[in-house]
Amino acid sequence: MVSHDILIVGGGLAGLAAALTSDPKLDIAVLSKVHPVRSHSVAAQGGINAALANNPNGKDDTWEKHAFDTIKGSDYLADQDAAELMCQLAIPTMYELDHMGVPFSRFPGGVIAQRPFGGAGYPRTCYAQDRTGQVLLHTLYEQCVKKGVKVYEEILVTNLVVRDGRCVGLVAYDMGSGEIIPFSAKAVIFGTGGYGRIYKLSTNAYINFGSGIGMAYRAGIPIKDLEFVQFHPTALYNKNILITEGARGEGGYLVNNKGKRFMEDYAATAMELAPRDIVARAITTEILKGNGFENAYVHLDLRHLGREKIESRLPGIQEICIQSYGIDPVDTPIPIQPAQHYSMGGIDVDKDCASPVKGFYAAGECACVSVHGANRLGGNSLLDAIVFGKIAGVSASKFINQGGFAGPKDAEITAEAAKLTDQFETIRKRDKGHNVYQLLNELKILMSEKAGIFRDGKQLQEGLDGLAGLHEAYKDAYIYGSCTRFCQEFITLVEFTYMMDLAETILLGALKRTETRGSHFRTDFPKRDDANWLKHTLAAYTDKGPALSYRTVNVDKYKPQERKY
Amino acid sequence: MSTTFKILRYDPPKDARPHFQEYIHTPRPGDTVLEVLKEIRDEQDPSISFRYSCREAVCGSCAMTVNGTICLACKTQFEALKSDVVVIEPLPNMEIIKDLIVDFKPFWEAYKFIQPYLQPKSEAIPEKGHCIDEKDMTEVFQFITCILCGSCYAACPVATRDGRYIGPAALAKLYRFAIDPRDKRPWPALARVDTPNGVWGCDTVFRCNDVCPKDVRPADGIEGLRRRMVVDRIKHPFGRTK
Repeated sequence: MVSHDILIVGGGLAGLAAALTSDPKLDIAVLSKVHPVRSHSVAAQGGINAALANNPNGKDDTWEKHAFDTIKGSDYLADQDAAELMCQLAIPTMYELDHMGVPFSRFPGGVIAQRPFGGAGYPRTCYAQDRTGQVLLHTLYEQCVKKGVKVYEEILVTNLVVRDGRCVGLVAYDMGSGEIIPFSAKAVIFGTGGYGRIYKLSTNAYINFGSGIGMAYRAGIPIKDLEFVQFHPTALYNKNILITEGARGEGGYLVNNKGKRFMEDYAATAMELAPRDIVARAITTEILKGNGFENAYVHLDLRHLGREKIESRLPGIQEICIQSYGIDPVDTPIPIQPAQHYSMGGIDVDKDCASPVKGFYAAGECACVSVHGANRLGGNSLLDAIVFGKIAGVSASKFINQGGFAGPKDAEITAEAAKLTDQFETIRKRDKGHNVYQLLNELKILMSEKAGIFRDGKQLQEGLDGLAGLHEAYKDAYIYGSCTRFCQEFITLVEFTYMMDLAETILLGALKRTETRGSHFRTDFPKRDDANWLKHTLAAYTDKGPALSYRTVNVDKYKPQERKY
Repeated sequence: MSTTFKILRYDPPKDARPHFQEYIHTPRPGDTVLEVLKEIRDEQDPSISFRYSCREAVCGSCAMTVNGTICLACKTQFEALKSDVVVIEPLPNMEIIKDLIVDFKPFWEAYKFIQPYLQPKSEAIPEKGHCIDEKDMTEVFQFITCILCGSCYAACPVATRDGRYIGPAALAKLYRFAIDPRDKRPWPALARVDTPNGVWGCDTVFRCNDVCPKDVRPADGIEGLRRRMVVDRIKHPFGRTK
């Protein structure tokens, strides 16, 4: 039995931040299905928010204003104490990252540069050109190398083992050897990321299946607010590669086929820098009204920014446009469309990243504290991942050091591993059935059509009905090849079960929530309904499907008001 | 256009040796090589293994050899190959684990050897950020675009003939820290690479610069390190005392 004190699943920002704050006297290991620097955090571009007040236009900024913007942006579904905690910790965290070696862009005078981002009252997004996620992830990985953190690379965690309300270990598939391995631990931290690839159009990496959220759910941990799915307004048309909000932060315009900056009809004050839910709906509305190009996209025009600004502040965007479309944003507008980008919902945890199951913690996109509520502001996800990743490492260490662990259950973990090995064998013996990649494709189409930017009761119900058919087809899914090592088909097959769970929870939560809030827009219920719906959705696994319950939002400071930008 | 893709397959120890398997596939307009590979895998042969993640040239997973050229599959347009036979092989200079997946162990060992983390100057105040002129970071920005994809290591002729050479990516990484105004290097960290397997191993044929998908120009870093070492020797003709 492989055994560690703390097992951290996921090598992105949340996981690595947790590894760095875990008590070094404890035996810690990170398990990641890719090498840590290949994690999706690397793809974040525009920046990370902290009220440093370095921008000449943001001298009055404070963490309280950052918290207010976050709460208002969340359409008041964020827990206000949690949002305050994150925004307060943002400032020392930024200095700490600077000392770790993050190469932030700088303002004259040498301080960390900050740019405006959507839904923010002040320019408070710190950045390193448009490669912020990359430099943050590389820097945290460098710090892990410095500290000698043990990392298991290319190992897919497949099952979480929870017994008697406490987490005792997990089961993983080691791609290199093809073996299924039981792991025992005193505490487990998930930083497993989001589920973007459950949608057809997504800015996410190909590997973002969100299976960690599903694993926790199957192990009996509730998942929260899954119906809130963020669609990023500006994904490159067709390829859906992210074009950072920083492009609008630097002054980019959104223009329709009439040559009009149409955001004036939707958010006259904030214009292009309204929050993402509003801008994504505006773009989709324009396209549906026939104001798009080829009925599919609008233009993000950066030409007026000039070559110098584009090359110094947005070189990655320029590179993406040239390599994908052969267009240079210096002289051609960028064709963009909204695409799935982020999951506000996730594993139900509190401000200490603790779940209702003892010894199990989660942070980053897979978790829901909740700081993003119904809509996340740009620049808050990297912050969430790092701040709460750090908290998770501290919480898990404290749990162990205070004697919270009640003894190993190795036999049960081994039994779980044996069960999965049998399942793998059974599937491998089939010589016909459904190709899992085809099933996955069907799921993506279903989610894009039935649970997209605009939703209604009829479509959501159709989505649930369609999902039942996929569940049926999955029962005879088979593996084509005879390989056991790096069997990506098996990996997809394992993760697909969890994706179906997530799809069901998203659809059901969205169907039941008969209001419009943040990213969740019901055309049949187009108004926010605070009297009935100022509450979190909690979904618990049962063999008959998700059992939904609700929890009051912590509204201790800012009274919900109409969201105008 | 219908195209023949010859993909290197190898599953040791089951397979005695690597072999090519042919697939006929018609890519869609605008497809990258990575998209083509996924289409072939999803539609024809789910047993092909290759690494991928971000599909936007920032995670460094999908470096491979396409028609003899080392590249990121996600950054290579199929149409730009202008070829009706496309040969896809793993990166050279590293052992094949399975199909297009190679063992990055020597690459990461070299990376760790150079101590790839900021060694802060003692005057840093933890509660406050550094004060740095962006001009002093300009050269650093050239090197932080490195995505650790291993292309330069795979293309390096020195690494081919001598596995002990630590390679371009690790050396460029070290240079990135050596020029960071927040870092206290150069010494003694630079001494570790003041060796025949370190900076003096480079043949200066610049294959690393040619193949780098992010235009990092790792050889600039190697040259920069050499320059510092030469200057240091002139300043300390009798060697450093510690």
